Formats: sequence, structure tokens, C-alpha cells
Amino acid sequence: MDDFVYAETDPGELARYREEVEAWMNENMPRRDPVNPWHPIQDDDERSSRNRELQRRLYDGGYAAVCYPKEYGGQSLTAAHKQVIDDVSMDFDMPILFSLPTLAICGPTILEFGTEEQKQRYIPAWIKGDELWVQFMSEPSGGSDMAGALTRADRDGDTFIVNGSKIWSTFAQRSDYALMLARTNWDVPKHRGLTMFIVPIHHPDIEIHTIKMVDGTDEFCQEYFNDLMLPAENVLGEVDDGWTVATRLLFHERAAVGNASPYSQGRHRNTSAGGVEDLAAVARDRRGADVGRHRQRLGHLETLGQVEEMLSDRVVKGIEGGFLPAPSGSLVRLFHGLSRAERYTVALEVQGDHALVWNRGESTGAAGLEYLQRQAASIGGGTTEMARNIISERILGMPREPAADRDLPFSQVPRSG
Amino acid sequence: MRFDLSDDQEFFRETARRFIETEIPVGKVREWHDHPDGCPQSWWQAAAELGWTSLMVPESLGGGSISGRPIVDLAIVADEMGRGVTPGPFMPTNAVADTLGRLGAPDQQALLEGVMTGEVVLGWAFCEPGGDWTAAHVAAEAVPANGGYLLNGIKTAVEAGAQAHHLLVTTQSPEGLAQFLVSADAAGLTATPQESLDLGRRFAEVRLDGVAVGPDALVGAPGAATVADVERQCQVMLVLQCAESAGLAARVLEFTAEYAFDRYSFGRPLASYQALKHRFADMKMWSEASYAAADAAADALADGREEVRTVSVAKSYVGDRSVELMQDCVQLHGGIGVTYEHDLHLYMRRATVNWGLFGTPADHRERLSRLLGY
Repeated sequence: MDDFVYAETDPGELARYREEVEAWMNENMPRRDPVNPWHPIQDDDERSSRNRELQRRLYDGGYAAVCYPKEYGGQSLTAAHKQVIDDVSMDFDMPILFSLPTLAICGPTILEFGTEEQKQRYIPAWIKGDELWVQFMSEPSGGSDMAGALTRADRDGDTFIVNGSKIWSTFAQRSDYALMLARTNWDVPKHRGLTMFIVPIHHPDIEIHTIKMVDGTDEFCQEYFNDLMLPAENVLGEVDDGWTVATRLLFHERAAVGNASPYSQGRHRNTSAGGVEDLAAVARDRRGADVGRHRQRLGHLETLGQVEEMLSDRVVKGIEGGFLPAPSGSLVRLFHGLSRAERYTVALEVQGDHALVWNRGESTGAAGLEYLQRQAASIGGGTTEMARNIISERILGMPREPAADRDLPFSQVPRSG
Repeated sequence: MRFDLSDDQEFFRETARRFIETEIPVGKVREWHDHPDGCPQSWWQAAAELGWTSLMVPESLGGGSISGRPIVDLAIVADEMGRGVTPGPFMPTNAVADTLGRLGAPDQQALLEGVMTGEVVLGWAFCEPGGDWTAAHVAAEAVPANGGYLLNGIKTAVEAGAQAHHLLVTTQSPEGLAQFLVSADAAGLTATPQESLDLGRRFAEVRLDGVAVGPDALVGAPGAATVADVERQCQVMLVLQCAESAGLAARVLEFTAEYAFDRYSFGRPLASYQALKHRFADMKMWSEASYAAADAAADALADGREEVRTVSVAKSYVGDRSVELMQDCVQLHGGIGVTYEHDLHLYMRRATVNWGLFGTPADHRERLSRLLGY
């Protein structure tokens, strides 16, 4: 981020800050349920209101989104201060819904491209817990080729009329605003005819459907736009220059997913399959047949979990210090997708039959469902294939993939039936 | 390399790199493969002058580190030595010097002056045939006799075993695990050079046939304290080994990527094929993650914070990925990658030896699992 300073922070000052944060959290934030620390609230309304309330508490205490500038409701503090809050908050219930994408992805994009009016209108509202944001980027016609968006926004004076569909927006049905990429010009090559819009989600001309996933959850949504009218003041950045905005949004997304964003808030759990300690406990209960094999696998998982954090720290430091290029967050993204897949596979092995067939009321089936959805971690937030392209092209400097659509007017680009 | 070096550490690293590049480029490394000691003593003394053997020695004994965290400084050298597949009795000399600096009797510590000038080389006789790299498998015996001890046993894969002037010998004694500092010319001690995949380093089998030592040869207190000392020595070796393997892998990845840019097939560089680019992406991730893990292990040992777990995490990751990366780089080179003429095998030899000594990645995964209570 151009306007974010990775300032050196005095260790004494940080130690003092840590004490202050610990004292405040102990006093003001609820502790995680020790039995089931990461169990998300199932009811959507309850989850939404709980997160909003917790975000407000953080804001009132002065610990919300601390790397944001003071004039928009943040604290203008350094990434090291944010790190302190993330560390301390591991034991507490945090408004994790606000972290991604609102604060860490949509947020810095608006900081970078928003007009002063837009920043004043939107940023404080999310820092205070009033408004949640999502991304309307992917479309049913393609995920990785984001610039191939088919959703159209046709200009009519000071309004744009939007038609089309977006997909894979997380928790859109309980969110308030979205950043949406739509095509405003079909006569120029694909990257030059896109515009980024700010969209109020709860609008009569937007239909939202939740998508039921393999594991039964329905966090993801698909939206349909039926002649949705948006005022020109909702354009973020310049008309037809939406790809510039989207590129930065993707950069912030990779930074956030790679744990390298100063704007995220609270830490996401490393895995939903349970920590390696939990798995070791399960393995202990089932001790017998495969002690040796399980030892190898549990040791391997422990290694991957630790190294992922080490790599993430290295990449943050490397980008800050100019040792690694900015796209290096993709290294962490790739590691994460691959290690998550291994983790779910090992969890399934350790649970054994109990993950496949279980008694009503027991929870051992979770490992089986998570296994079925194992590849999600290598798909969402940019596939591991895209990460490999980015690493080879933008870190190692290898030639870019040829693109058949690069210089064609978008209206002439071949697309799937 | 690390991203958090101070100016002094950066100068130290740069000096090490320049010294390696000018004094012992890879061509010279190959020449020295025929040298019985792996490198001329004069070269080792020049390396010692740069501080490569004095960092672990306490300041009170004339040594001293750059950052106050000696193992971190030493790992900087190990990384550079990896990049250059540099020979020399670097690891055992430093691991034993560390122990002598902390626990040695004054007479034993007097040797450290020679260590710091490069005139004295130290070895550690630990592993035994058929055993593994743990204190529990030590069978060599120290039998009390004439107020001292008689040492008997066979040690294998003793790095610099035939070059070392003094050997730290790990044994079982009536009081438990015990370590002795033994002169290489002691009666009954024979060091026979062994063959090794690594053409740069030297290893020996060390036989102890009734080697008589006085009570003053003991290093540290026998029993539980020595078990902890041995653990510490292993950790020092492992931290240096992981730093070196990360450096080896990073260098191989560099020259393999260069090759992919320069080599054309079907009218385009290898680096333009997505199937190959994706493999390079995986290797870059392994390489950066290897550095991350190796550096974290050095930090953990320097700070005495979860060092057992962190060192095993590093070995289990770096040991595994460094050799896989190199095999993949052989594949990307094609036929030239499996020739003697190409430098790649020099790196793979070192990395493969590092993979196994002081516990394979599988041994360390097992260890991690036990730490988790399984």
C-alpha cells in the first residue's frame, strides 16, 4: 500500500501496547469457548449480529482496524501493533466476519481508489461494525479469468444499468455492500472495458441465492442483477479502468489470504479439521493397528502447520524489506492450499471408519465431509494454478502465458457456449 | 538468506560469500575432492580468520559472536557454504567448540585458541554402526580403571574423524551417558577414512580399543546433564545442516531457472512452458519455506524457545524438500543433469548426506509426533 508506512516499532513500546491490549481484551471481549473454540454460530442472523456487536466493542475500545488512518476511524498504527492484537486475540471471540473481505480486501482498495466522499461514507461504517462488505468478482462463466466478466453495466446519463450474475460471494445474504466488476465497454480488449462499482446489496433488483456446498454449508451466494440502476457516484476509480482497481484488489486479497495484510483483524484458525494435537488425541484413542504410520503422518502435519506460519512470517518480512517482490503472497497461498489438502487427508485416515459411517449425534463424520471438500482450499481466493503462474511469472520472471484474447475487442473474444 | 540481518551481519555474510567465490569457486571444490583432508589446512586457517570457528566460543575465551546470538551468525556461514558446496570441518568443529566453551575444563578450553586460528580441528564421535543419532543408541563404553576410564567401542560417520586433532567421544559409563575429549593420537584410537556420497567432506570410522583416559578427559557431568549436552550438540548440528541445505537448494534452483531461460526446445525457452513453470513455482515455494524453517530453527535455538520441536520441524521439512527439489532440477536439466561433469550432483551429494545424518526427516517426524503425545 502506498500510503501505509511499515514503520520500525520500538520493542519497548510494543511490549507496553501488548499489556494494554491484554488488559482491555480481558475486560471487554468474551473468551472463546474452550471446548469448541472455533465453532461458528450456525444461525446466519445470530452470526451477523454477533459479529457486528463485537466489531463495535473493538471500535469503542480503540482496537478496531488499527492500521487504518485515524480520520476514517482507525488508529494509524503500524503492522507490528496489529500483530500484537492478532496474537492476543487468539484466546478471544473476534468479529472475524469483518476481517475478510471487508477490512482486508475491500477496505484497502477503497482507501486507494475511493474519492474523499466515498472514504468518509463507507470506511467508518465498517470499522464501527455497521456495514459488512463482500466481493462480486467471479462469474458463473469463469473464476480464474476474472477480466473476462460478462456482467454488463450500460451507461444511461448519470446512471448505469446492470444485468448479469456474480457468484462465490461469501455471506452476501447478510452483508450490506459489495465491490462489483462489470463490463462497460465491449469494443475494447477485455482489460480496458471494465469498471468497478460499489453496490448496495439489499436492493429489489438484486436476487440472492445461497449455494449449498458438498459439506452442507451455504455461506456462498450467487446474485442476479435485473436492470439494477446504479448512480455514477458509485463508480470506484475511473470508468473503463476497473481492471487497475481489480488488480489491486487481488493484490490485497493475496496479501490477506497469505496473512500479510496490515488491514486484517484477528487471526483465522489454521484449519477447520482440528489442530494436530486433536488428531493425535483421536489417534491415541484408536491406537493399535497403525501406530507407526500415524506417527509419520502426524509429524508431517505438525511440520506443515509450523512451516506455513514460518513461511508467512518470512514473506511478510521479505516484502516489507524489499527482499521479495510484492506478489510473493502467492507462495503462502500455494503452500496453504497444498497443506490443507494433506491435512484433511490425514484427518480422514486417523478417524478411519468413524469418518465414513457414524452414529447419529456424533461428530466424527466432520472429517469425512471436510475431506470431500478438501480442494476448496486450493480453489477459493484464486486457484493454486493461478498462484503457480504468478510465482513463475512475477517472482521468477518467466514468460507469461500466451493469451488468445489479449488484443481483441471483447465482443469478438470466443467464449464458452 | 535471512531478511533481518543487521549491518554487521550483512557485512559478515557478504565477506563470507566473497571469500567463497574468490578462494574456492566450484572448480576448486572439484580439485579438492582429491585432497585427503578435503581442503588444505592453510585454507581452513584463512576461513577461521573470518571468524567461522570463533563465533560459538565465549568472549571470555577470546571468541564472540556478531549479534549476541552465535548460532544465528554461524547459520549465515552455513547458508553461504551451502551455496558454494564448500568443504571444511565446519560443523563438528563448531558443535564441539560450543560444548567445550560451555563445559570444558580449563585445559580443554585452552584448545579453543587453536580452533579459532584454524590450527585445531575437532570431531564428534557419536553415531555407531546400526544405531541411530540418539543418545539412547550409544553403546560405546567407558569402564572405570586406574582412577580414569578405558574407552571401547566403534563410531561411524564421524565427520573429520581422521583430520580432527581431538575427538569428543560419547559413551555409556557406570554413571550414565558420559563424554570425553580424546586426543587423536591416543593409544588404541584408530580413525579409518570412510567413503561418502559427499565428495567435499571427510568421514571416518573411529575405533576405540581400550583407550585409556584420565578423569580430566570428561566433558560435563555424566548422566542426565550429558544427555542434555548431547541433545544440544545435535541441535547445533541440525541447525547448521538445515541452513546449509537451504543454501544448497536455493543455489540449485537459481542455476536451474537460468538454464530454463537459456535452453530452447521447439523454438521457445523451457521457462515458457506452463508445465515446467508450475514445477518451478513449487520449487520456489519449497526453497523459501526451507529458509523460513531453517531460520526459525536457528532463532529457536538462540532464544531457547521450543527449540526441540522447531529444530525437528526444520529437519523434517528442509531435509525432505531440499533433495526433492534437486531431483526435480535434475529432471528439468535432462541428461546433462545426471552427468559427472555438471555441478548439480555436487549439491545433491551434500544435500543427501545432510538428509540422513542426525536423523532422517522421517525420524524427526516420528519425534514430533511423540512430542505431541502420540
